[in-house]
Amino acid sequence: MQSLSNRKKVLEQKPMNFWERIYLPAIFKGLSITLKHFFKKIPTVKYPEEVRPYSKNFRGQHSLKRDEEGRERCTACGLCALSCPAEAITMTSAERAKGEEHLYREEKYASVYEINMLRCIFCGLCEEACPKEAIYLDGSHVTADYLRKDFIYGKDKLVEPRFDITKLAKD
Amino acid sequence: METAFLLEKLILVVVVFTITLVIAMYSTLAERKIAGFMQDRHGPDRAGAFGILQPLCDGSKFFFKEEIIPAGAHKGLFIMGPVIAIITACISSAVIPWGQTLTFGDTTISLQVAEVNIGVLYIFGVIALGVYGIMLGGWASNNKFSLMGAIRAASQSISYEIGLGLSLIALLMVTGTLSIGEIVAQQSGFVNWNIWSQPLGFIIFVTCAFAECNRVPFDLPECETELVGGYHTEYSSMKLGLYMFSEYINMFVSSALMAALYFGGYNFPFMHDLGLSANWITIIGVLVFFAKIFAFIFFFMWIRWTLPRFRYDQLMRLGWKKLIPLAIANIVLTGVIILIKDTFF
Repeated sequence: MQSLSNRKKVLEQKPMNFWERIYLPAIFKGLSITLKHFFKKIPTVKYPEEVRPYSKNFRGQHSLKRDEEGRERCTACGLCALSCPAEAITMTSAERAKGEEHLYREEKYASVYEINMLRCIFCGLCEEACPKEAIYLDGSHVTADYLRKDFIYGKDKLVEPRFDITKLAKD
Repeated sequence: METAFLLEKLILVVVVFTITLVIAMYSTLAERKIAGFMQDRHGPDRAGAFGILQPLCDGSKFFFKEEIIPAGAHKGLFIMGPVIAIITACISSAVIPWGQTLTFGDTTISLQVAEVNIGVLYIFGVIALGVYGIMLGGWASNNKFSLMGAIRAASQSISYEIGLGLSLIALLMVTGTLSIGEIVAQQSGFVNWNIWSQPLGFIIFVTCAFAECNRVPFDLPECETELVGGYHTEYSSMKLGLYMFSEYINMFVSSALMAALYFGGYNFPFMHDLGLSANWITIIGVLVFFAKIFAFIFFFMWIRWTLPRFRYDQLMRLGWKKLIPLAIANIVLTGVIILIKDTFF
């Protein structure tokens, strides 16, 4: 029958010739292929000992930043929560009390700030939306856990640790 | 003199035994490593540097596993199976000449446990016994898959023993002796190696040796894709370990046989031109012999990770319709060449 697509291939089974029938040349060909692979460079990365370099704009776990005096930058404006396409961010705002000026930069701050890491898609829109440069996705991977509730990260995990800037200057 | 002789042989037996077991142990690691490299990955490398402790871990794991003897199994034969397999695997190394003689003062020590003048026949007898371990184990398991594996093992090893024997007959026609020690001694230097006079016989011998060791591409007795685990489906714990161990020991011994019969054993090129003392030549000879053995073990594994398994009818056709006629043709050819040599030169 005429092939409509012109791509029909008729498979014909020829009887094997002498060299194919004695099978040895095919074996040696196969052996040479496996030997080539024997000396090839192994692409495996031995993970815990070797870590592949991250891209410069890799987006990992969020961190809430402090300013140069160690005060939290976040003012709980809610723009990050608004911009979040996965609706992973919630927060509760509070007013700064007297005597807390060394803790919070603005008069309003986030008393509760939670990101659900199971919802988060690490798109980075929150860091683009933030007017105070308070949130960055500059951490490493979010690690595995056993319970869903443990993936809701609060301020204890998100706010970057306070460090003494005067000590940094000495080193 | 008698006690000294016995002591000497005892020490030699223990040394050979230890070396055999250690090599079999590390063959398991080498197999997995080589498999890894040929598939572009590292093999096991977590236990010790480069996984050097892996065989020890595997061995101790075998000892601590639960030992299950199926309710319907014939208990005595079920236990006998792996025992026979490992014993026959171990005793076949007795007649292999590991080196020439060492001389200390006026005592000479031969590095061959038993110089039997029918060494080749002895090896054959032991190989023929070896299949009983697999057969008994498979039959005593009272499991259809095990029985299938055992039947396959029996018919395969009988079929390929014929090819093996016929390929060796041509070799014996050339060497004129059944003693492995003498066969190796005849091949001194490089040009006297039997591989040059018996290339076809060597190919037949290698193919049959693969089949006798139940190695890929002839591992039909334990063909996982069809028979679960073949003859050792029901085996667990160290009994399974013994079966696996006997397979690796068989591989080691048949590598040693190939090296001794066809590749000059402990002989190496220019061995008499170096001007070394006899003891040094013996020591280097032993090392060379082991290098050859390791090369053959590597070849066994190389083949394993290259070729797929034969179908059963292909296996039988290869054994009966290809290898045996080829081996007979080889015998005839060898006879004609010997006749021409004797009459005209």
